Amino acid sequence: MARLIGGIGTSHIPAIGGAIARGLQQEPYWKPFFDGFPPIREWLAATRPDVMVMFYNDHGLNFFLDKMPTFAVGAAAEYHNADEGWGIPTLTPLAGDVDLSWHLIESLVDKEFDIVSCQEMLVDHACSLPMKLFYPDGEYPVKVVPVCINTVQFPLPKPGRVYAMGKAVGEAIRSWDSDSKVVVVASGGLSHQLDGERAGFINKRFDLRFLDSLESDPEWATRFSIHELVEQTGTQGVELLMWLAMRGALAATTPRVQRLHSNYHIPISNTATAVMALEAA
Amino acid sequence: MSTPLPEIPGTTLFDSAQARKGYALNKMCFSFNEQANRQAFQADEEAYMDRYGLNDRQKAAIRARNVLQLIAAGGNAYYLAKFAGIFGLDMQDIGAQQTGMSKEEFKAKLRAANH
Repeated sequence: MARLIGGIGTSHIPAIGGAIARGLQQEPYWKPFFDGFPPIREWLAATRPDVMVMFYNDHGLNFFLDKMPTFAVGAAAEYHNADEGWGIPTLTPLAGDVDLSWHLIESLVDKEFDIVSCQEMLVDHACSLPMKLFYPDGEYPVKVVPVCINTVQFPLPKPGRVYAMGKAVGEAIRSWDSDSKVVVVASGGLSHQLDGERAGFINKRFDLRFLDSLESDPEWATRFSIHELVEQTGTQGVELLMWLAMRGALAATTPRVQRLHSNYHIPISNTATAVMALEAA
Repeated sequence: MSTPLPEIPGTTLFDSAQARKGYALNKMCFSFNEQANRQAFQADEEAYMDRYGLNDRQKAAIRARNVLQLIAAGGNAYYLAKFAGIFGLDMQDIGAQQTGMSKEEFKAKLRAANH
């Protein structure tokens, strides 16, 4: 059976793509962010996972308001990035793992998560940038299965439901008839708000409490409603749902996790950024 | 469902009311994923807005490049970002505009969140 060896959470701000393209990683503005990644890369190089299940939110590349799934699972052999309208470079396509995709889809529906399956799916910066941050040379030695969680159109799924969906993903990975090593990835910012007079809202205290909770009290954030999460973390801070799903997956397969590394930095663009690696104990 | 949730100051949740109000505007902004559409908009903004059926309030907000007005007209941040991208505006430009600050002041506000 497949093994879930750990989870990684990371921010995915579009401007990171521009910074990579222009080679700004060592500039004073960017360095505190990019310096968070070498320990992640070392862990990936040492553990050599085969597949990543990536919880992310689409920002209006693949999904529009005409059809907006709450949870969608990719089932493609390859996932392409595309022009997102603001001039960041298009990144390398990601190889899919169709076997794991369909196993996930069947397992999730069996557990009454009635997800949408996508045999064609463009993936935006939220999927492509973490890969480039983990594997900066652009050669990705892993396959990817993207799982998209709606953060665009309210009502958003409840935090407790997202955690439970993550758990169901973890159970599916554990029951997958494969000798693959799997990592779950959360691609989402911590506190930030792009829109309204409250733009620029950041809540460091909440973010740090949330990061700590992922290690030892993983269901802590499920006590909040979506409305309360927006209040605490901003309109786009609800992307922390991705982190909850990632942690839910780990909870299904291991009683404890160990924080291998984390980095928190304010600000990049309008956000508080974070990266964290949790290893199944 | 019956009790209205408390307002969060300076914040518009993209709920069903916004989704219904803003559909045409958001659909136009979604089209700006493609370079040819961005060029077509820039070549004739009025014709492009007509093609997507924007109402007068949405058209005025687009002409004014005013993000708060665009949100009030039903715009969603993720799609509006693609509109802003046409003019090379980044998120800190947009944040500054919405908060009535200079970009430098807005950046200082972000940095202050560290303390």
